[in-house]
Amino acid sequence: MTIAGTKSGAGSVGPLRKSSGIKGRPGLVGWLMASPLVLVLVLFLVMPIIMIGTVSFWRATEFSIIPAFDFENYSFLFGSPVTYSVFLNTLKYALITWAVTLTLGYTVAYFLAFHVRSLTWQIVLFLLCTIPFWTSNIIRMISWIPFLGRNGIANSALLSWGVIDEPLDWLLFSDFSVILAFVHLYTLFMVVPIFNTMMRIDKSLIEAARDGGANGLQILWNVIIPLTKPGIMIGTIFVVTLVMGDFVTVRIMSGSQSANVGRLISNDIALLQYPSAAATAVVLLCSVLIVIGIFLRFVDIRKEL
Amino acid sequence: MTGTTQRLNRRSVLKGAAATATLAGASTLGAPMIWAQNIKNVTLRQFGTGVSNLNDVGNKVKEDLGFTLEMTALDSDSVTQRAATQPNSFDIADIEYWICKKVWPTGNLQAMDVSRIDLFDKIVPIFTTGKLTPESTVAQGTAPSTVGFVEGPDGTSFATEPTNWMTLIPTIYNADTLGIRPDLIGRPINNWSELLNPEFKGKASLLDISSIGIMDMAMVCESMGEITYGDKGNMTRSEIDQTLAIFTEAKKAGQFRAFWKSFDESVNLMASGEVVIQSMWSPAITAVRSKGIPCVYQPLEEGYRSWGGGIGLSKSLSGLELDAAYEYINWYLSGWVGGYLMRQGYYSAVPETSKGFMTPNEWGFWFEGKPATADILNPQGVVMETAGAVRDGGSFYDRMGAVACWNAVMDENQYMVRKWNEFIAA
Repeated sequence: MTIAGTKSGAGSVGPLRKSSGIKGRPGLVGWLMASPLVLVLVLFLVMPIIMIGTVSFWRATEFSIIPAFDFENYSFLFGSPVTYSVFLNTLKYALITWAVTLTLGYTVAYFLAFHVRSLTWQIVLFLLCTIPFWTSNIIRMISWIPFLGRNGIANSALLSWGVIDEPLDWLLFSDFSVILAFVHLYTLFMVVPIFNTMMRIDKSLIEAARDGGANGLQILWNVIIPLTKPGIMIGTIFVVTLVMGDFVTVRIMSGSQSANVGRLISNDIALLQYPSAAATAVVLLCSVLIVIGIFLRFVDIRKEL
Repeated sequence: MTGTTQRLNRRSVLKGAAATATLAGASTLGAPMIWAQNIKNVTLRQFGTGVSNLNDVGNKVKEDLGFTLEMTALDSDSVTQRAATQPNSFDIADIEYWICKKVWPTGNLQAMDVSRIDLFDKIVPIFTTGKLTPESTVAQGTAPSTVGFVEGPDGTSFATEPTNWMTLIPTIYNADTLGIRPDLIGRPINNWSELLNPEFKGKASLLDISSIGIMDMAMVCESMGEITYGDKGNMTRSEIDQTLAIFTEAKKAGQFRAFWKSFDESVNLMASGEVVIQSMWSPAITAVRSKGIPCVYQPLEEGYRSWGGGIGLSKSLSGLELDAAYEYINWYLSGWVGGYLMRQGYYSAVPETSKGFMTPNEWGFWFEGKPATADILNPQGVVMETAGAVRDGGSFYDRMGAVACWNAVMDENQYMVRKWNEFIAA
C-alpha cells in the first residue's frame, strides 16, 4: 500500500497539470490500487469483527438468540472470578511459551545464519526444520501422550536408568505438557522471521565490530540483536496470538483439567451461548491487541522493515 | 433386437410388480399410489450421535426398503445445536431424550402418529408408561416417558401419559455405571463414592460433558452421604453449588488424572493404566477388553445412570418422504437393527423382535444375563467374550430395573454450565 502511494505520488509530479481524468487526481489511483485489498479486508475481517461485537450485546436463551443492547454478557464476564483466573492462565501460557520459543528459535536461527557457512546447507537445514509441519498439528500434539504417560516411553526410560523410583505424574496432563506441546508446535514461527532478518544483516557490520575490538557476546548484544528486532517482534506476534487463541492444545494436553480463554469460548459455542462467546471473544481480542501494542512500543516494525 | 425384447419384457414384469406393490402398500399403509415407483429416489438425511448412526444400518435400509439413508455422526453438543438451529438440514434426528426436551420447544420436529407404528404396543414400557414392570417407579431425571408424548400433532408441551402423538421412537438405550480396572484395584468396588476415594488419587477420571458429568457427580455425592437430592436430574442452585464444591475440592487435591470428552479418550485413559476408575460408556469397556486388558462395567449399589435415544422426524418432512420415514421407523423396530445393537451391548426398543435376529447364546448372554454357552463375537466377528462369561450387571431386568436416574437437562441448566466451567478452570 505504501509502495502504491509513493508510485502514484511520484508519477503525478510531472504530467499533473497537463493531463486530466484519473491521472489528474493522485489520490484516486492509490485508492483504486488499494481497493481490492480493502474490499477483502472489509468483507472478511472488519465485517465479522463488527458482527461479533454486535452479537456480544445480544441476549440468549437455550435456543434463541435475541437481538438486544444489553451489557449482561459483559457484566457476567467481568463479575466472575473464573474469567480473571482463566485470562491469567492464558497469559501465563503465552508468556512462558514466548520465552521458551524465543530462546530456542533465536538459537536455531543464529546457528543457521552464522554458523552454517554454505547457502546449500542453510537451505537444507532450514527445510529440515519445517518437516514436522508436514503432518497435522493435532497429530504432532497427540503423539506426546503415549510418550509422556505414566507407563509411557519417557517414564519407563527414566525408571530403567534408575533416575526415578516411581513414574512422574506431572509429565502428562499438566501445565508442563501444555507448554511442551505449544513450544513444539510454535517454535518454527520464531525461527523463520528471525532467520530471515539475520540473513539480511550486512556481514561487513559484524566485521567492522570485530575490527573495532568487540568480542562475540558484544557483537551479539550490540549488533545482531538490535538488527533482528523486527524478526523477533514478528515471531512474537505469531506465537503470542496463536497461544492466546488456542483451545484444543490446552484441552488435550491438560486432560481437560486447565482452562484458557479459547476453551471458555468453545464451551459457550457448544452450548449455543453465542452472545456470551462473542463477548468473551471481544475481550480476548482487546487483550491480545493490548499485549501486541505493548510489544510494539519496544520495536517500530514499520520503521525497521 | 433380442436385447430390446428382453428389456421390454423385464420392464413389463417390473411394472406388474410395482403395481402389485402399490396395491399392497395402499392397502396396508395407506401410502400414495406413486409409492413403489418413486421410493427408490427418496433420500432421507439422518444425523445423530455416533452410537446408532451406523453405516451398516444405512446399507441394510437400501437393501430392505430401497431408499437411501444418509448418515451424519456428530457429538451430542453439535447434535443439539443442529436440531435446534438448522431444521432444514435433516429429515430424521437421532437424538437423546434429554436433547428432545431441549429441542422440542423450538418446533423443529413433528410428532408421530402412533397408529402408523405397527409395533407400538410391543415397545418396552420404559418409553411409554415409564414403568419397566407394573411395580417399578419412574426414575429421576429426564425419563423418556416424560418427554415421549405430546397432546396433539402440533403440541409443544409434553403429555403426562401416552397419547396418539409420540415425539421420538426409541432406538437405543443402556444403563451406565463406572468402569474399573479390577487388576489394578484388586478389591471389590460396590459404590459410586469410590470415585472420590483418596486411594485412587491421580487415577480417577470423569467425563467433561456437563449435562452427563453432573449426574455422575450427583450419584457420587449421594453415595457419600454428603447430599440428598430432590431430583438429581433437576437440581436446585444450592444442590449444584454443593455438588461442584465437593468435586472442586477433590480436583484441587489431585484426585483426577484427566477428564475426557470423547469415547476414544476414555478408552485410552483406561487401557494405558493412567486411570483405574472413571465414568465410562459400555462400548468403551468392550474396546478396552478387546485389547486383552481386564476392565469391568461395575454394577453399583446405588444403581445406574441411564440414557436413551430415539429418532424424531423433522417438521419439514411431508408426502412421500414422510411415508418413507414411517416405513423406516417400522423397519427399525422390526428386529434387524435391534439385534445388531444388542450384540454391542445396547438394548433395543422392542427386544422380542430382536430375538429373532440373534442366536440363543447371544440372546441369553446379552439380554437374559446367562453365562455364554459359546464365544460371543462382536459385529466385526472378533471374539469379545468366551464361553462361561456373564455380562456385567446381569440381565435386562436387573440392569434396566436398577436405574436411579436418567440423563437430563435441568431447569437451572445455564447456571449449572457456568458452574461447570468454573470447576474445569479451578
